[in-house]
Amino acid sequence: MSIGSGNSSSNSVPDLQAIVDRVVAKASKGEQIEAYVSRGGETAVRVYEGEVEHFVSAQSEGVGIRVIKDGRTGFAYAGTLDADAIAEVLADARDNVAFGTPDEYAGLAEPDGVAQIPQKFWDDELAGYATADKISLTKELEKLTLGMDSRVRVEESNYDDGWGEVAVATTTGIRESGRGNSCYVSVSTLADDGDETQTGFSFSVGDSPNEFNLPKAAREAAERATRLLGAVKPPSKRTTVVLDPYVTSQFLGVLSSTLNGENVSKGRSFFADKLGETVADPRITLVDDPTNPLAYTATDIDGEGLAARRNVLIENGVLKMFVQSSYSARRTGTKSTGNATRGGFGGTPGVGCLAMQLQPGTQSQEELIKGVDDGVWIQMVQGLHSGVNPISGDFSTGASGMMIRNGAVAEPVREFTIASTLQRMLLDIVAIGGDIDWLPSRAVGLTLVIRDVTMSGQ
Amino acid sequence: MTINASISTSGNLVEADVIAKVLAKGRATGAEFSEIYIEDKRSTSAGLDDGKVEQVTSGRDRGAGIRVVAGETTGFAHTSDLSERGLLAAAEAAAAAARQGDGGVHKIALQPLLRHPVNNVRIAPSDVPKASKVALLERANAAARSIDGAIVQVSAGYGDSYKRILVANSDGVFSADDQVRTLFRVSVVATGDAGMQTGYDSLGHTIGFEVFDENDVEEMAIRAAKQAIAKLQARPAPSGLLPVVIKQGSGGVLFHEACGHGLEADLVGKGASVYRGKMGELVASPLVTLIDDGTMSGEWGAIGIDDEGHPSQRNVLIENGILTDYMWDFLRARKENRPQSGNGRRQSYADLPMVRMTNTFVTNGTEDPDDIVRATEHGVYVAKLGGGSVDTASGDFVFGMVEAYLIENGEITEPLRESNLIGNGPQVLKDIDLLGNDFAMGNPGMCGKDGQGVPVGDGQPTLRVKAMTIGGTAA
Repeated sequence: MSIGSGNSSSNSVPDLQAIVDRVVAKASKGEQIEAYVSRGGETAVRVYEGEVEHFVSAQSEGVGIRVIKDGRTGFAYAGTLDADAIAEVLADARDNVAFGTPDEYAGLAEPDGVAQIPQKFWDDELAGYATADKISLTKELEKLTLGMDSRVRVEESNYDDGWGEVAVATTTGIRESGRGNSCYVSVSTLADDGDETQTGFSFSVGDSPNEFNLPKAAREAAERATRLLGAVKPPSKRTTVVLDPYVTSQFLGVLSSTLNGENVSKGRSFFADKLGETVADPRITLVDDPTNPLAYTATDIDGEGLAARRNVLIENGVLKMFVQSSYSARRTGTKSTGNATRGGFGGTPGVGCLAMQLQPGTQSQEELIKGVDDGVWIQMVQGLHSGVNPISGDFSTGASGMMIRNGAVAEPVREFTIASTLQRMLLDIVAIGGDIDWLPSRAVGLTLVIRDVTMSGQ
Repeated sequence: MTINASISTSGNLVEADVIAKVLAKGRATGAEFSEIYIEDKRSTSAGLDDGKVEQVTSGRDRGAGIRVVAGETTGFAHTSDLSERGLLAAAEAAAAAARQGDGGVHKIALQPLLRHPVNNVRIAPSDVPKASKVALLERANAAARSIDGAIVQVSAGYGDSYKRILVANSDGVFSADDQVRTLFRVSVVATGDAGMQTGYDSLGHTIGFEVFDENDVEEMAIRAAKQAIAKLQARPAPSGLLPVVIKQGSGGVLFHEACGHGLEADLVGKGASVYRGKMGELVASPLVTLIDDGTMSGEWGAIGIDDEGHPSQRNVLIENGILTDYMWDFLRARKENRPQSGNGRRQSYADLPMVRMTNTFVTNGTEDPDDIVRATEHGVYVAKLGGGSVDTASGDFVFGMVEAYLIENGEITEPLRESNLIGNGPQVLKDIDLLGNDFAMGNPGMCGKDGQGVPVGDGQPTLRVKAMTIGGTAA
């Protein structure tokens, strides 16, 4: 969910802001304090065989407090906004300070004068959407999916929405609050042919349920599963892969940690000494741009409360910069790029890309496939967390998809892997699609063609 | 559990009479079942990176989840407000979500509180000074860096948690458990001519700080460092089908993915498992007996009761290759009119329970592990597996190998770079052709399903799979 900050009065959250202001006011001399609070709610509807399987309606809240003194950091959190609990959290965080190692770079972000770019994060239509309508559209999605193909069953049809409010304040002058809401539907399918079963999925996102495209989600989920029926294990060989937009988004997500300034400064990125060098095919321009309102993870502030901004990381194949939080920037003698990340009240800020986008090409996926003599169209990868090492660059994942012969889509294939190294794959990109898909992810999707990848099967 | 005496008495998270009122409220709209799960968890963690203790973190999570079942529909709400008013409001929300006509007035009769302790904690982590926890990190850091100048980065993490749960339902179930977990991990980066490589080791148990009397964090750090150093010389992993020998205690994740998830009754019930309708059939090599056991004292997946209040138990899933049972939670067992198996688990009070594994393992065979390697002319020896994942409907699964070697002429030779292995569950289970006599449990795991993570253990003796696809790049 994107949380907007409080530039406009309609978007700020005065009662949460007051809580963090009160905590920060308790700082004693020589003590830096950051207080972060959040409050939110969710609705989840799951439909199975025409009935509501579950309906979840829940609210949660919490506080996280960071204290820094003499270069030592302590942190504590609690899943409540009860005043006594907040006092206990502050006491725990102060107590924890004694156990940190002094770090000359430890500290909180300071306002840097970069202006926020206002965006809309709250949708009144979603906030007012009736429960009964949420249930009926979840049922509708199941029904539409079943209607696509007689071989298709629906494992689950889901509607999820959430709203959140956050506030952050620091002794260094950061003071932000905001709120946001979001929603999506998703459907998981099974397609049967005799003893064989294959799976598919799809989803649709929107500012409000009125923007969902249920027929498209239903069709994709049915096609993903039925296309794989009869799939065989392919022979092992070197080949060209055509990554579906969803797979490209996952691939970019893996690259994110190599462009992280903290990893670079701690010797955990193979890009460490490559600034200014060609690291990718010249067709590649990679930006991180949370200020683009089309991005699912668009935001106006980062995890430390600094303005989010557009950063060009790779330009025409040349590595231009790394993303930084205030901490990693101090370590490396640079400035924050507005890329602090935050997982909620239970954690301290990290560093990361917020909304990665590849500059798109012009061709459709169909045209790109036509340009491939011999290859495989990868529709799904499995095991990105287990066979990809962003430090060494080794890349190996399970995959399924369709063979491509002479520019035409041929038989379905499954139970194989694709492997290379991240370093080589960036240089081996031979085409970029124009088919941008703003997926619910930190990286945009589009079709990507990469040559000389090892396919392991038979 | 010995630490109970000082900090816990029966049901004091919320009084029994309040619980009975909340459960009755949950049934007020006609639901036939209501349940409350209350959790109070305190945790401490500390991380070291780049030679510095970054910070110590103290965490507190407390709340209740209320589940109401009417026919096939489950309503669920959770709250961090444990007052009577807060709980009744959540019960009302859950009941409204599962509305089934007019329910009338219900009286809930709770059974006497059930406790079923399986773990024996000697030193409660909360009684250990934070400085002692931080010292472990510094010792691991120094040990890893002492091995070789090629070690350029070390990070280490310590974590402990103390979670008290109380579960009650309208059928009278009333159970409590105190769950302690202690975890340590270390990861290193080594650099050489061919780039950087990583090494990793971890340990986790459902006991207290005494875990460090039996396990030396310096030895763990040295193992991780040596793993990274060895990989600096590694050649690309092969591409294609080869025999794979998996070292004792390092490959339980294979069974977790190849069949564990497929034996979860919620997936079976929806026809989303390749093992559906296979009860009583031969689904694996006759060498394989697979067990899920929540009572294994001290192991990472051990629990006194599951998160539906059912005592943990030992369940034989596959016996000599024959499928003997699936794993069950309340809803799926109710539907099949059979007993639960202690496998209903959830990440926290904010989540619905579902069927999950606990400690899943394959029992001993008879082979000497060295003979298994000697019997393999050309293949891959996996000394440490990473994570994995599975598509339960097709049975296709992957898992990563983070430390592996070539086997040439019956001997372990050169180190290999990381890659995934891929296989089809039923096929791989049948292709297990040698099983060792050296059973060991593996590293602590965090299993993800439907967005929820729960701690699980796994284990196996050294074994061989006749052929699996290695996803490397070498011919």
